[in-house]
Amino acid sequence: MTGGEVVFSRPESLRRTPTHYCPGCTHGTAHRLVAEVLDELGIRERTVGVAPVGCAVFAYNYFNCDFLEAAHGRAPAFATGVKRVRPELIVFTYQGDGDLASIGLAEILHAANRGEKFTVVFVNNAIYGMTGGQMAPTTLPGQVTTTCPGGRDVEQVGYPLRVAELLATLRTPGYIARGSLHGPESIIASKRLVRRAFEHQVAGTCFGLVELLSTCPTNWGLTPMAACQWVVDRMIPYYPLGELKRPESATGQVAS
Amino acid sequence: MGCIMIFSGSEAAAKPRKLLMKGAEAIGEAAIRAGAKAYFCYPITPQTEVAEYLARRMPEVGGVFLQGESELAVANMLFGAAATGARVFTSTSSPGFSLMAEAMSYIAGAELPVVFINVMRCGPGLGGVLAAQSDYWQATRNSGHGDYRCPVLAPSSVQEAAELTLAAFELADRYRNPVIVLADGMIGQMMEPVMLEGLAAGEPVEKPWATQGCGGREPVVVKSLYLDPQVLERMNRRLAEKYAKMQTDEVQVELYNVRERHDLVVVAYGTMARICKTAIDRLGKEGLQVGLVRPITLFPFPVDAVHSAARHSAAGVVTVELSQGQMIDDVNLALGELGRSAFFGRSGGMVPTPDEVTRVFRDLVKRGAA
Repeated sequence: MTGGEVVFSRPESLRRTPTHYCPGCTHGTAHRLVAEVLDELGIRERTVGVAPVGCAVFAYNYFNCDFLEAAHGRAPAFATGVKRVRPELIVFTYQGDGDLASIGLAEILHAANRGEKFTVVFVNNAIYGMTGGQMAPTTLPGQVTTTCPGGRDVEQVGYPLRVAELLATLRTPGYIARGSLHGPESIIASKRLVRRAFEHQVAGTCFGLVELLSTCPTNWGLTPMAACQWVVDRMIPYYPLGELKRPESATGQVAS
Repeated sequence: MGCIMIFSGSEAAAKPRKLLMKGAEAIGEAAIRAGAKAYFCYPITPQTEVAEYLARRMPEVGGVFLQGESELAVANMLFGAAATGARVFTSTSSPGFSLMAEAMSYIAGAELPVVFINVMRCGPGLGGVLAAQSDYWQATRNSGHGDYRCPVLAPSSVQEAAELTLAAFELADRYRNPVIVLADGMIGQMMEPVMLEGLAAGEPVEKPWATQGCGGREPVVVKSLYLDPQVLERMNRRLAEKYAKMQTDEVQVELYNVRERHDLVVVAYGTMARICKTAIDRLGKEGLQVGLVRPITLFPFPVDAVHSAARHSAAGVVTVELSQGQMIDDVNLALGELGRSAFFGRSGGMVPTPDEVTRVFRDLVKRGAA
């Protein structure tokens, strides 16, 4: 084909790598959104990504930029180390809900509270994916996993943690938002959030975290389409979408 | 600055200056002279003075000072900072060092140069805050999981603490490996005259592996995950070769009063070695020849020096530690066919007096002669 207009192609920030993610998993979509934003902002060559432990541990096989592979939950500490020493670099972590909301809760909370000027892409699929479907801090009430075979019992293990809301209470300025990857419209809306978070970093404004509600058809025991519907029916009511905190807003301020 | 300048005579200004510094401060200043760009810390007794010193000093030299939320976070910040190619370090004490062990394993696996200063206190558990040498095993084997080792440098004076801090950065860069400076609460807390002039970083080492943004080159990844067993074993073998090279090339040891023949040979390091020297001097006046082998590098351990000194000792070898006996394992390995070392140790923060050590040595000599 000659003279045709290219309307869709692989972003330069993604490598040509066959996916290892399960059919219907939205990690690939999340990767693409981040890569498109890196391309659009022209920052790929000065970006350092930090991969989590979990399904996305191999994120560096997909992203075409420098990468570190973190210990479980510690990506925000890794990112802090990079960004403090080289503030001119663009740094992002890519973390799942077990990584960020369970074992790494202290690291994400303190990084946000220090106002570290990096970007967090937080993939919440309400379950531990790589280890085969165990209960996460984000698992919904009644949701069945291999370690809560009778469904999550909130009397025993409490309610799912809303990390974005938790971080939005901090007095330190930050950009905190939640999107969803269940369908075309929500994906386009999510990209705007990811872009804004990175723009805040480029401008040196503040810490940014975008939570992306994602699917895990394999461990949910659903077809890809049914999994997308499950996000709409079950996840969004508990994890409402939108911008929870902007650096210029007064969210999190308390009378002093 | 909490240091006092010592002037001797009217030409003092023209002479190299001696500073009276706490061990903790000397370590901090030496790191700056080594070109450290970032220091991450969490307060813990008995070495918080390093953090307090650097909270003032790092901004003066344009470096990064950051107090993290835990030793866990601090050690992982070190990973990120070291991955950019900068010289970075932390200081902590025993319980904090345990928390850093996770990241140390990753740092060793990813082959990053990071300096860890561990000013030991006594354990186990919270234990106490006084000087001890009860983390020898933890430092010289591996504190975290996996098949790795780190050079361990053990100062026995404030001057040496400064010099070994500088040496630790050089070793870390040269081997792409974490390096531990293992001091004890006594070294960290005591004040001694220090000469810092002449302490300077060596030639910078090329770091093509550093994640600094992929502009103008292919992206690099700093990682420790290798799911293919053949690839990981190759990696393990390469690491083992690195550790073997350290054992050939990097041994440092002080021989004190080591001669052809001895009444007794002592092996001790750090603060304990200094007390032993006093005892050795006293026994010398009584006509007893006691030699001291003081490992400066605990890993690599000075196997040959211990073995060679021990060959002609009437009463054999005694290992002296501020613990219930940890380095003695390495001493016994070094002795091999020569037999086993006797042991004397105090722990829990109890530090033996020179009198006590002198008596122990004298009794051992008597028993050896009997």
